Amino acid sequence: MPSLGADMEAGTLVEWLKRPGDAVRRGDIVAVVETQKGAIEIEVFEDGVLDRLLVEPGMKVPVGTPLALIVKPGEVPAAAPAAPQPTLSPAPVAPSPAAPEPEPIQAAGPRLKISPAAAARAASLGVDPRRLRGTGAGGAITLRDVDAAPAPAPAAPPTVAAPVSAAQAMRSAIAAAMVKSKREIPHYYLATTIDMAKAAAWLDEANRARPVTERLLMGVLLLKAVAGALKEMPEFNGYWMDGAFTPGPGIHVGWAISLRTGGLVTPAIHDVETKSIDDTMAALRDLVKRARSGGLRSSELTDGTMTVTSLGDQGAEAVHGIIYPPQVALVGFGKLVQRPWAVDGKVVVRPVIQATLAADHRASDGHRGGLFLTAIERRLQEPQSL
Amino acid sequence: MNQDQIKAAIVESLLSVAPEVDPEKIDPGKDLREQCDLDSMDFLNFVIGIHHSLGVDIPEVDYPSFISLEKAAAYVERTLAVR
Repeated sequence: MPSLGADMEAGTLVEWLKRPGDAVRRGDIVAVVETQKGAIEIEVFEDGVLDRLLVEPGMKVPVGTPLALIVKPGEVPAAAPAAPQPTLSPAPVAPSPAAPEPEPIQAAGPRLKISPAAAARAASLGVDPRRLRGTGAGGAITLRDVDAAPAPAPAAPPTVAAPVSAAQAMRSAIAAAMVKSKREIPHYYLATTIDMAKAAAWLDEANRARPVTERLLMGVLLLKAVAGALKEMPEFNGYWMDGAFTPGPGIHVGWAISLRTGGLVTPAIHDVETKSIDDTMAALRDLVKRARSGGLRSSELTDGTMTVTSLGDQGAEAVHGIIYPPQVALVGFGKLVQRPWAVDGKVVVRPVIQATLAADHRASDGHRGGLFLTAIERRLQEPQSL
Repeated sequence: MNQDQIKAAIVESLLSVAPEVDPEKIDPGKDLREQCDLDSMDFLNFVIGIHHSLGVDIPEVDYPSFISLEKAAAYVERTLAVR
């Protein structure tokens, strides 16, 4: 069971896409695993023959558990490791036979009469206020009612935990990654405003000649500009691990995609620097589609070497992002806006965009960060070269 | 192709991009990007969907004609009538 993020502890095998005896090649999709980030297609890392499946569909196993045995060509299968005993329960989990719950006294209506302080106390104690009888004005629940409530039963151990919704699981995955980032990474932030007149004009011109199915979005120009800058300054492309910086094996840019039902994922587009602008656009469209329909691949979730978040035209003007650990940098773009801009001593109206850098101060310093943003800006002034 | 078929195809394209949207609740005169939280990628895919199902070519300068259901239907009707 591969780790698909610093925050992942276990995954549920949904289905096998290969059978024992099938030949597999590095990069083949062999299985689908359900994780906090949705259903992910698992790729294999070696060539060989699938000898034996060790985990059955429906089993939830911790990260690191062998899922299957692959035998290299000519190799005799070694004694297989014992089939893993799931330390976590198989999914789906039957609802635990909980103690009969007391009847709610207040109806679980849309609006519960409770003072804000009492609501906060109830949340911190894990007390469900809907089960309390209010003694305040008009039956409102007060702080005293909350304190008088019996302590809730200790949280059930994970082996019998009721299934959480996909949205909740994603929320906690984001929470875990962001808390880790803010706890461990000393961020510094830089911002610059970039004149986008040339990029916008180039994009209009390019799209005029293209059928609707081949049109480009501004986001692709931003992505290519960042990838070029990363090639120039590789210290922003990679990981901080074990007290040192490790350069990324390629320029695999994570692209933040907000999911329509809430939450977000940051799957990587591989080798952006060497892809043409059309190939990058095709990759981005494909990635957004799969992120929203649930068909991301394991390598896309784990290979990102830095992340770009672009708020798009409905968003705010600037974003000061949180680095996705163990990466060392995140570039944010706000929405494109028309603003007064000084050119040759005159004020003109120009489309501009705010680019921000959140970077890990352990891996780089502000001076280099400034040069990095400048490298992005310079590339956006020569859109034909992207 | 009649008006209702055109409208249905446009709504279908919208739903392929934003499956959680309740078409009954969309105000046909208002901006779809705001009502349905469409970003530029969603909007592009919405237009591509209309292109595929209705066979109209949509130049980028005409994108503003697709910001509401009403405007989009009128644009497609006009384009098909001219042809």
